[in-house]
Amino acid sequence: MSLHCRWPVMAVPNTYFNNREFSFTLKDDVYIRYQSFADQQDMEKEIQKKCPYKIDIGAVFSHRPKDHKTVRPAAFQAQEKELVFDIDMTDYDDVRNCCSGADICERCWPLMTMAIKIVHRALTEDFGFQHILWVYSGRRGIHCWVCDEAARKLTQTGRTAVAEYLNVVKGGENQARKVRLDSYFIHPSVQEALRIVEDGFEDYACSQQDFLGEEQKWNKVLTLIPSEDLRSKIAADMEEKPDSASRWARLKKFVKMSLSTGNIRDGQRAVEEIMLQYCYPRLDINVSTGVNHLLKSPFCIHPKTGRVCVPIDPDDVDNFSPSTVPTITQLLEELNDIEKKTSEETGKKEKDYMSTSLGPGVEMFERFLKRLENSQHNRLQEEADRKMEF
Amino acid sequence: MEFKKSATPRSARKRVRGHIKVDTPEIYSHCLQLYRLPPTDTISLEEFEELAVERLKVLKAVETAGVRYTKGSDNYIKLLEKEIRETKLKQAIFEKSTLDEPIKQQNRWKDHVSHFILRLAYCRSEELRRWFIQQEVELFRFRFQQESPDSRAQFMVCNELNYQLIDKDEHYQLREKLDAASGKADTYSKGIQHYKVHFTEALDLVRGRRVYLHRGFAYVPQDDLVSILLTVYRIHLSHSLAVTARALPHLEEDGRLLPMLCTLSRRYVGQDYGAKKPVGEITADMIDMLSKKSFPLCMQQLHSAMRTHHHLRHGGRQQYSLFLKGIGLSLEEAIKFWRSEFTKIIDGDQFDKKYLYNIRHNYGKEGKKTDYTPYSCMKIITTNTPATGDYHGCPFKHSDQDVLRQKLTASGLRKEDADQVLQYSKGGHYQVACAKMFEVIHGSLTGGDEEAEVSFHHPNQYFEESYKRLHKNTAEKPSSTPQTPRGVKNVPAASSQGTPRSAASQPLSQGTPTLSAQNQSNISTSQLSGVEEMDDDFDNDDTALQEIDEATLLEAQS
Repeated sequence: MSLHCRWPVMAVPNTYFNNREFSFTLKDDVYIRYQSFADQQDMEKEIQKKCPYKIDIGAVFSHRPKDHKTVRPAAFQAQEKELVFDIDMTDYDDVRNCCSGADICERCWPLMTMAIKIVHRALTEDFGFQHILWVYSGRRGIHCWVCDEAARKLTQTGRTAVAEYLNVVKGGENQARKVRLDSYFIHPSVQEALRIVEDGFEDYACSQQDFLGEEQKWNKVLTLIPSEDLRSKIAADMEEKPDSASRWARLKKFVKMSLSTGNIRDGQRAVEEIMLQYCYPRLDINVSTGVNHLLKSPFCIHPKTGRVCVPIDPDDVDNFSPSTVPTITQLLEELNDIEKKTSEETGKKEKDYMSTSLGPGVEMFERFLKRLENSQHNRLQEEADRKMEF
Repeated sequence: MEFKKSATPRSARKRVRGHIKVDTPEIYSHCLQLYRLPPTDTISLEEFEELAVERLKVLKAVETAGVRYTKGSDNYIKLLEKEIRETKLKQAIFEKSTLDEPIKQQNRWKDHVSHFILRLAYCRSEELRRWFIQQEVELFRFRFQQESPDSRAQFMVCNELNYQLIDKDEHYQLREKLDAASGKADTYSKGIQHYKVHFTEALDLVRGRRVYLHRGFAYVPQDDLVSILLTVYRIHLSHSLAVTARALPHLEEDGRLLPMLCTLSRRYVGQDYGAKKPVGEITADMIDMLSKKSFPLCMQQLHSAMRTHHHLRHGGRQQYSLFLKGIGLSLEEAIKFWRSEFTKIIDGDQFDKKYLYNIRHNYGKEGKKTDYTPYSCMKIITTNTPATGDYHGCPFKHSDQDVLRQKLTASGLRKEDADQVLQYSKGGHYQVACAKMFEVIHGSLTGGDEEAEVSFHHPNQYFEESYKRLHKNTAEKPSSTPQTPRGVKNVPAASSQGTPRSAASQPLSQGTPTLSAQNQSNISTSQLSGVEEMDDDFDNDDTALQEIDEATLLEAQS
């Protein structure tokens, strides 16, 4: 797809392009790793030749990945890679009522919105990262690429530490209550997350998800409250209220009352725990911890939906909707229209992809790249200056 | 350490049993160290082994205490102290200030040397390295926390560690956040100092979300200073182990050390069930029945989740498929098994594309072609924690009590027995709980000895014990080691050097890397590293590793 070839290959900003690993998923799900290229042209040629359905980006290695078999295994090492996160809507199936599995809709998409806000805040304010790219995965989730040098150089232990720091919802299928907060102190990062969740919770949980809409649903919520006594008190009261919003208000009141009577020890933060279990970002830790884990490249086209993996602006995340993301068919149509128009006007045929619906996404990406390049340039400049001082 | 018979000792120090002569006084300036420099003595083989075994006991105690109790809690400290006092390194680890200096030096020397010996034994594979680093780091933490503030300050000086403290103004401004992050109230009014370090220097605290972070910096309360040290220690140790691993093949070896080192490293896992068993005995259609009769609860759970959902997520697939390999399921039968279930919701082609490669990979037929070992209990309990949608892990740890009770009752346990099992599991004694469940179903594991506290260390061990009992007349002995479940209190007794634990000579299929000591003298380096954890390729903690050639290494060792 000629469109695909044009996306800026500097997507992987670093000076060691030829040591960067890519992987291709070809027709019939054939997966080939350890692809590497000399430059953009080389890569475009390969892409046109092989027509991959999906391109993944991996780490920068000590040697050219395509030559890795000629190197001693112990010597062929991943040297740096962006810190990445993958948030998938399927991991929320136990707390969303509208869809399950690969489906998403505008009623559950707010989960992703909240996830971006929470994770982005933590990455910038807590960790000080500045070059963060959020990308729609094309179907049911989002990816995050942290491209700061400090992030790229993180060891596996470091990546695990960051991922676990962000991890609040923990537990397998045999653990109903997945969030446990200390009764008195809540970590500032979690406090900030709560602030963000609280902001959208009523709308999301009550209006969109109707999470207390019927007995089956509110019983599920009540399992998160450890005190059996409190649970039965609240359950008895639920029937008398007409909707989720009022039930939620009652639930909160009950918990608050029980706190003041000093009856409850474990579960003092039941309200916060419920909100977090329903809305806090659920990361796939394994994606983030591996120094050589491969992740789908931005601007790929999702084979099942045809949608392009476009960047999401973290400062304008409320206005992003997956249903408005351009699909490849739509883009091809638009391109054809533009071509026709420009050939009418100027007599020349021009494929101007920047005027299609993809334009804004590409612009966002280019701005991101420019900032990253500038900061790298500045740093190199600083170092050079320092050296010159002596 | 010099093991060459012919070489002149690099240091002029002589070591005489019971009395140390030193040329240079005060070699060890503090009872604690970060083990930056290797020792340069010669010692006897007996002492070599003894020191190694004793330190291993200590590390094992660290591990056990960490599984049972929260680190740093009173119970943890009590248990760990008690266990360490039963080893010969107790003097080294609990150094009395009233001792004479030469004795102190001798003890510190033991600490020093035993650490480095274990490095040799535990550098060979990713799993061993991880285990060693984990326990050594926790041991250091334990010891450091026992020291007085003065002693700790002195340690920092001896090791040239300086960290920046935040000033009062900054503390005042951030006081609420600092308190909330560390869980300590009123740090400002109590005058509790905070260090400001880059977050990469306090990874333990970051990981546990126990520290305040701002713009990439961690504000570490003085009591948690040890966490910063641990990060330094961990990074250094990880790097050193990788270096040691590369140097190992170059060690001049006359067949005395490697066998013992290999036996040593097996001690913590015991049997690892990686050896190829006589296959053909277990087939795919037997699994349903076997799962009900002989599988430990963790694998029963995975099996039934698979049957119910016709699918398992990655973590579950790994844990379960390696277990099945360990019980003797051949690759062909495994493929049949997974395929027949998964294709109930996806088509055959999809299965081949998505899952076939991984199954073959587990059996060592793809990629690096390493033969992956089934997960031990420790691994299942401490790593790869289940998340939403997962059914793996250890049910005695990763289940709510009521869910666990249901499962126990469904397995036929009466209330009193289920209560007992639940009690163990609530107390953190997951492997004991599992063994209790086994005993209720199958009968005693210790031949009626009520005193011994039994536990399993490996799901395949559970299977083999169960299978053994149900098939008393079977010709094939499934286990190459008649492994009795080890009591939690007992560390396997030290066997004399070179005695293999596998008493029975089991026919090993060609090319299988096993750790049986009998084969050690013929083992090449590649075989030594062959038995490995299922890690990503090139999984590596240290991004800056360079190739070390022998000359550099010998230089470094001197």
